[in-house]
Amino acid sequence: MLNIKKLHKSYPIGDSSLHVLKGIDLSVDNGEMVAIMGSSGSGKSTLLNIIGMLDEADDGEYILDGVPIKNLTEKKAAIYRNKFLGFIFQSFNLINYKNALDNVALPLYYQGIKRQERQEKALFHLEKVGLKPWAEHLPNELSGGQKQRVAIARALAANPKLLLADEPTGALDTKTSYEIMDFIQSLNDEGKTILIVTHEEDIAHMCKRIVRLTDGVILEDEKVEQVRASQYV
Amino acid sequence: MIKFLLERDTWQEVWDSLSKNKLRSMLTMVGVWWGILLLIGLLGSAKGLENSFNRLFGSFATNSVFVWGQSTSKPFKGFQEGRRVKLTLTDAKLVEENVEGIEFVVPRNQNQSLVVRDFLSGTYSVNGDFPLLDKVQKKKMMFGRFINQSDIEENRKVAVISEDIYKQLFEKDEEMIGQYIKINGMNFTIIGMFENGNVNMGPTSDIHIPFTTFQQIYNQGNQIGWMMLTGKPDADISQIEADAKLILRNLNNIHPEDKRAFGSFNLGKEFAKITGFLIGMQFLTWFVGIATLIAGVFAIGNILLITVKERTKEIGVRRALGATPFEIKRQIVVEAVFITLLAGVFGIITGGWILIGIDSAFGQGDEAVIVNASVSIAVVFIALIILVVLGTLIGLIPAFKATSIKPIDALREE
Ligand SMILES: Nc1ncnc2c1ncn2[C@@H]1O[C@H](COP(=O)(O)OP(=O)(O)OP(=O)(O)O)[C@@H](O)[C@H]1O
Ligand SMILES: [Mg+2]
Repeated sequence: MLNIKKLHKSYPIGDSSLHVLKGIDLSVDNGEMVAIMGSSGSGKSTLLNIIGMLDEADDGEYILDGVPIKNLTEKKAAIYRNKFLGFIFQSFNLINYKNALDNVALPLYYQGIKRQERQEKALFHLEKVGLKPWAEHLPNELSGGQKQRVAIARALAANPKLLLADEPTGALDTKTSYEIMDFIQSLNDEGKTILIVTHEEDIAHMCKRIVRLTDGVILEDEKVEQVRASQYV
Repeated sequence: MIKFLLERDTWQEVWDSLSKNKLRSMLTMVGVWWGILLLIGLLGSAKGLENSFNRLFGSFATNSVFVWGQSTSKPFKGFQEGRRVKLTLTDAKLVEENVEGIEFVVPRNQNQSLVVRDFLSGTYSVNGDFPLLDKVQKKKMMFGRFINQSDIEENRKVAVISEDIYKQLFEKDEEMIGQYIKINGMNFTIIGMFENGNVNMGPTSDIHIPFTTFQQIYNQGNQIGWMMLTGKPDADISQIEADAKLILRNLNNIHPEDKRAFGSFNLGKEFAKITGFLIGMQFLTWFVGIATLIAGVFAIGNILLITVKERTKEIGVRRALGATPFEIKRQIVVEAVFITLLAGVFGIITGGWILIGIDSAFGQGDEAVIVNASVSIAVVFIALIILVVLGTLIGLIPAFKATSIKPIDALREE
């Protein structure tokens, strides 16, 4: 699914620069569910953003689904993001003046899908996350868990190959976190490839593989026995 | 692009983002609204002035000059200075034949005479005129007719009187056609009555009688009081004046440098000044209106820029979801054009109301200063096109601003 070799990234800070990723090698196969862990500032988000084509690496190789991602125009990147990737953010990032349904339908809008079809698809995904009755509600009328589920529905709407989640449970309480993880696991069961950045060990162990970043390099990369979230729900 | 503009979603997006902050959207529009209002209001009023002006002079051949004889101020060919210059019918005829660009030459005579009817009397100006006068200085006949060729040929004692004279010499509603009045002690039959015009060019005219009759009763011979020369529509009236005077000097043995031998009033030149003023006013209006518009559009651009700044994160999210920079820009430009146009349409509507208000306040009746204050569809159309163009241009600034930062930086914004 994706293949990363010797990836480097630094941020300029004043005159000097901060070397955040110092040669990352990572490859993820179809259907994997990978947790990326590491202390704060270790570069987890940076890595995920590069994978998500929201940011660009300085050096190294990144191949997504057979396509080398290098020097993309903003337009190409947008199209790839739209087709291949679904994002789930810690702070949900719903558009606050659009109701749940319209939020979910947004990626489909940028795919150029007709309104009718878009609404139907969006509703289908909302139903999948159990929020069909909330379709007409604005984000500020929803709880944190509900917002994140709307965001997941939105990430799924365009049927992406790869789901990228940066601390998806970071803003949620334990119980809600497990509900969300339960749902994410069910997506993985259906075959979606998922990358999750997290701080929490219990969340990480609900994935099938844990990658640990320290100081911009991967120190540990292990397959783990997946803990099912459903047992806690 | 057309398809994009016809899609409901496009407008849903515009509506969503504008209605998110209704008050600000409305304040944004004030500038453009005011600019268009000004443009429509002022242009309409200027048009109204022009209309009233045209109504005043509409019946008048404005491309004309009056020439009359005065006294010489230089001796010439044995003549002393201070000789009175008397123009004649022959002069008029020769001027008509020899000056280029002339349409009509109308010789006229005038005298102040005692006019009597039964027990009422007054001193009025009596004019000896040809039927031609009616061509260059259209009389609005309320009753009867103006002098005709037979009146001239037969030296008839007929008179055309003004409404004012009628009011002074007749009872209210009294029949006047066919009645007699005494001019200079002679009976004249009234054949018509005309409305007093709004403007009188040259001396006031109360009574018109046939030119030939005038010659007879006042013993004028061939002499005329003055002549009115009208140029063809595109003829240069100043040139006509100069040419006519040259001929008249030759005919009357007047020194070529003698400036005072003839008096003249060049209506064409005066008229051109006023027309120039009106054009200047319209030009100024456009200038002021468009300047205000530009300021208004800049205000819109400015506020959109703030809006875009506030929406940085949202735009980042949209881009993460797959919006291309073009799609983002397009949306912002459409928003800018839409808000500009909306403000413009409001401005046009309120401007229209103001013109209706002006019309009912100042535009009623014959004496109205502003007649039919209005703007043409073309002006509205031009204004709208200007708005679309300006809206597009100004929208491009926030549009480029919105996509100038990387999506990741946009997302990181709080
Ligand atoms: N745009 C930027 N400009 C400068 N420095 C940056 C930028 N983005 C991230 N950094 C720095 O890069 C380092 C890694 O940041 P990153 O967000 O990837 O950390 P993280 O592992 O996700 O941390 P956390 O767990 O707190 O989210 C940090 O030291 C951060 O300050
Ligand atoms: Mg992070």
